[in-house]
Amino acid sequence: MTSEQQLTAIKGAKVLMVGAGGIGCELLKTLALSGFQDIHIIDMDTIEVSNLNRQFLFRKSHVGQSKAKVARDAVLRFRPHISITPYHANVKDPDFKVDFFKQFNVVLNGLDNLDARRHVNRLCLAADVPLIESGTTGFLGQVTVHIKGKTECYECQPKPVPKTYPVCTITSTPSKFIHCIVWAKDLLFAKLFGDKNQDNDLNVRSTDATSSSEHAEDVFERKKGEGIGLYGRRIYDHVFGYNIEVALSNEETWKNRNRPRPIYSRDVLPFKLIQQNGNVDKNLMADAPSPVSAMASLGLKSPQDIWNLKENSRIFFESLKLFLVKREKEIGNLTFDKDDQLAVEFVTAAANVRASSFGILLHSLFEAKGIAGNIVHAVATTNAIIAGLIVIEAVKVLQNDANSYRMTYCLEHPSKKMLLMPVEPFEPNKSCYVCSEMPLLLEVNTHHSKLRDIVEKIVKAKLGMSCPLVMHGSALLYEVGDDLDKDMVANYAANLDKVLSGLPSPVTGGTILTVEDLHQELSCNINIKHREEFDKEKEPNGMVLSGWTQSPAKEKDDNASINNGASASNASSHAFSLEVKEDSETAIVPVATGSVPTGKKRKMFDISEDSVPDLSSVPDEVRSKNKLEEIDDDDGDDVVLLDDGCSDGVKKKRLR
Amino acid sequence: MDGEELTEQETALYDRQIRVWGADAQRRLSKAHILVSGLKGTVAEFCKNVVLAGVGSLTLIDDRPVTEEALSANFLIAPDENNLSGKSIAELCCDSLKDFNPMVRVSVEKGDLSSFGGDFYDKFDVVVVSCCSQTAKKLINEKCRKLAKRVAFYAVDCRDSCGEIFVDLQNYTYSKEAIAVPWKSLPRRMSKLYYAMRVIERFEEAEGRNPGQTSIEDLPKVLKLRKEVCEAHSLNESSIPDLLLERLVTGTREFPPVCAIVGGILGQEVIKAISGKGDPVKNFFFFDAMEGKGTIEDISEPNNGS
Repeated sequence: MTSEQQLTAIKGAKVLMVGAGGIGCELLKTLALSGFQDIHIIDMDTIEVSNLNRQFLFRKSHVGQSKAKVARDAVLRFRPHISITPYHANVKDPDFKVDFFKQFNVVLNGLDNLDARRHVNRLCLAADVPLIESGTTGFLGQVTVHIKGKTECYECQPKPVPKTYPVCTITSTPSKFIHCIVWAKDLLFAKLFGDKNQDNDLNVRSTDATSSSEHAEDVFERKKGEGIGLYGRRIYDHVFGYNIEVALSNEETWKNRNRPRPIYSRDVLPFKLIQQNGNVDKNLMADAPSPVSAMASLGLKSPQDIWNLKENSRIFFESLKLFLVKREKEIGNLTFDKDDQLAVEFVTAAANVRASSFGILLHSLFEAKGIAGNIVHAVATTNAIIAGLIVIEAVKVLQNDANSYRMTYCLEHPSKKMLLMPVEPFEPNKSCYVCSEMPLLLEVNTHHSKLRDIVEKIVKAKLGMSCPLVMHGSALLYEVGDDLDKDMVANYAANLDKVLSGLPSPVTGGTILTVEDLHQELSCNINIKHREEFDKEKEPNGMVLSGWTQSPAKEKDDNASINNGASASNASSHAFSLEVKEDSETAIVPVATGSVPTGKKRKMFDISEDSVPDLSSVPDEVRSKNKLEEIDDDDGDDVVLLDDGCSDGVKKKRLR
Repeated sequence: MDGEELTEQETALYDRQIRVWGADAQRRLSKAHILVSGLKGTVAEFCKNVVLAGVGSLTLIDDRPVTEEALSANFLIAPDENNLSGKSIAELCCDSLKDFNPMVRVSVEKGDLSSFGGDFYDKFDVVVVSCCSQTAKKLINEKCRKLAKRVAFYAVDCRDSCGEIFVDLQNYTYSKEAIAVPWKSLPRRMSKLYYAMRVIERFEEAEGRNPGQTSIEDLPKVLKLRKEVCEAHSLNESSIPDLLLERLVTGTREFPPVCAIVGGILGQEVIKAISGKGDPVKNFFFFDAMEGKGTIEDISEPNNGS
C-alpha cells in the first residue's frame, strides 16, 4: 500500500505519457488505479486488429479510431473522476514545444521507435523534466530513468543500429531468406509498383547487362496492348530466369558458392494455367470492400502453410495481375506496407521463388510478413509488468528519491534467480553530445564536401535533428523555418551547394561549427578537422564523425548496403538497413550480440533466434565498456556482469 | 499438433503473440480451461492477461459483494455498477472480461471453493487461488493432486508492495511440503518475503482472521510469533525484518503497480505451463517493490542446500 507521502506526490502530479499502444494501455490503467489524477497522453496512431491481443483498452469496434482518445474513454469508465487529456498527434509536432513539456512533473515513454525516443529525450533535457523510458519485445523488457545531470540520458549510450546488408548480397548472392525478402520488397516491388524515378539496383535490361546502353529496353515497361498474363510472364522470366543466367556467367562469383538455378515460368506453370490463374473477374464483380487477395482468389487459406514453387509462382502471377487490374491507380506510388495483404502476398511469393532458385529454405506468408514488416513480437504480460515498473519508478521520481532509482530488466529466463533485475542507473556520459557540452569532431575534406553533405549526412542522419540550424561564429550558414524571407531561403539553398571552404564564412580546419535544433532546443559544437583523403570503402560519406561513442557496427555498416526499412531517407549513403518501426513496443534489452559475454554470462541474456531478423533489440544495454552491477542488499558478492573485458573503458560510477 | 488450424480471425488477432510462442502453443491455449478464485487486483490482472492470450475458457469464483476495497486495485469493475445491483465481484468482473476477447468463454461459478469435489476440479487445466486461508489453499492443492489428470495449481497474493506466487505443476514438490520444509534446509539466501509471508499466514490462521484482516495493532503478536517460529526452525530472527512484517500487517491493500507485475508474471507462467513453451518457474516467485527484484525460489528439493 502506498504511504501518505506517496499518495500526496501521486495526487499532485501532472504526468505526460507518450504512446498509447501496448505499454501505453497498461500504463494508463495502472496510473489511474494508483491514484494519478492528471494524465496527458499523446499518440498519433489509430487502432488496428493486430493490436487487440494486448492493447486491452481497445475493441474491434474501435479499429481506425485514435488510440489516445479511446484509451482515455476506456479508463474513465473505471476511474471517472480523474482527468485524462488525449492528443491524437505526433509527439514531434511543433505544438509540443519545450514549454509544453515543462508543465509536467515526469514524462513516461511507451514508444515504438528510436526517432521519437530521441526527440522526447531532448525535449525532456531542455525542459529539465525527468523521463522514464521503456521497451518490450516478446518476454523481454526494460525500464530506465533519465534525470538531467544525475543519470545518463537516453542517448548517452550508442543506440542499436539498423541491420544492413551489402548491395551485392541482395542483388546477386543471397544466402538467407531475409536477403530474398529485401530483394522482393525493396527492389522488385519498388520497381513494379513504386516511384518510377527512384534509383533501383535491379537489372532491368534484357540485353548484355554489362553494357546496359540507354537504348536497351526496360523490361518492366509494359508494351502497348500486351496482355497481363504475357507481361507477368516476361517479368518472371526476366528476374528469376534471365538475371540468374547473367549472374551465373560471372564464374568468379560462384567459386565458393552454390550456383543458383534459373527458373522460367514455362517450367513451373504451363502458359494456359497462368492465363487461367485465379479469377480476376470474380474479384472484380464482388464489390464487397474486402481487401483484394491473391490467396483468396486461388483458394489458399492458411498463412502458416509453406507454399511450394508452383503455388508461389501462381501467387506471384495472381497478385501482380490484381495490382494491375484492381489497384491500377496506386501503381507508381506504392511503398511496401505490412498491412497491405496483396503486397505481402506478392513479396512472399517473389521471395520464395528467388529462395528456390538459390536453394534457400522457403517460408510461409506469416513468417515472410513478419520479416518484411519488421514485426516486433509482443505479448500483454510483458507490457503489464513493464508498466507496473514504470509506475514504481515514477512514484520515486515524484518524491525525488534519487537513491532508489533503478533501471529494471524483465528477463525471459531467470538470471541469478531473478526474472526482474534491478540495476543502479549510470551517471551521464561526459562525452554525450546530447546532454553534455562536449564538442564533436568532424574530419572532412573542406574543399570537396558541401554544406549539404554536413546537413544531410551528419546533422540530420547522425545527430537526429529535424529542423537544423548551422552557424559559424555569428554567421548563419543554414536554417529552416516557415518565417524565413525569400532572400534568405535562396541564400541558404545556395550555401547548401557550396563546398565548405567556399562558403561566405569559410569553414576550414580548426573551424568550430554550431548546430542547433530550435525545436528540440539542442545545440552542439562540431570541431572541423580538414583531411585530404578518405577510404571510399570504409568512409563512403567522405566524413568521419567522432567524439561521441558511436557503436562500431555502425561505422562498418556505412558501406554500401541495402535497407529493409520503410524509408531509405538517406539515399546517398546507399544503405539498405533494417529499421524497426512498427505498431508495437521495441525493447532495447540486454541481449548479447556480437562481441558480448561468453559462457554463462552470454547465456543469461540470450534471446531465442527466430524468424524476425535483428529486432533491433541490440545492445543498448550491452554496455561494452561497463559493468552492470546488481543492486546489493546483503548479497554483496552477486554481481551481474555485462562485461566484454574491454579494459580501456572508463568504468561508470554508481550514482551514489 | 491437434490437427485443428487456427482460424483466419485468430491468426489476425493473435498475430503478434503467435510470433512469440508459435501456432501450436496458440492452439493449446485455446483448448485450456482455467479456474480462478478470489478476484482482487492481482487476479484481475491475471484474468485480463489470459483472456487476451486466448485461452479456451475462464471460470471465476468470488461471491463477495462489491466493497470499496474490492474496487481499489480492480479495473474490471466500474464504480457506478457498485450501486446498480446485488451482483457479486465475480459477476461484475465476468461482464468486463467477456468484452476483452469474444473468443474466450468467461463464466461464473458460485459457492465455496473448499466445498467442491474432485469432479469439479477435473474440468480444469489450471487452478488459481487468491485471498483465501492457507488451509483452503492446501486443501484445493490436494484435491488437484488426487486427480488422474494433471492440473496446474497456483496460489497468488499481494500485500503492501509485495507479492508472492506459489506454483505446483505436480511434477514437483507438493505445497504442504514446500511450505512446511524445515527452514534450516532452505537456500541460504532465501527471499525474506518467503519467511515473512509464512509468519503472517500462521498468525491469521491462529487468530481466525480472513486473509488481509490485520492492522498495526497486531504487530506485537506477529513479532512474538516470529520469535517462536524462528526458534522452532533455528533461524535467526533477523532473516525476517521488523519493517517487512510491519508493512505486511498494515498495508493490507494491494499496490496496483505490484498487481500488474505479479499478475503479469503469473499470466506468463500459466501461458508457459499450458503451451509447453519455456521453462515454468518452480516453485515460488517473489516481488518486493522496495528492492525491485523479482526472484524465483526453488524449494522443491530441500536437501540440495545450495
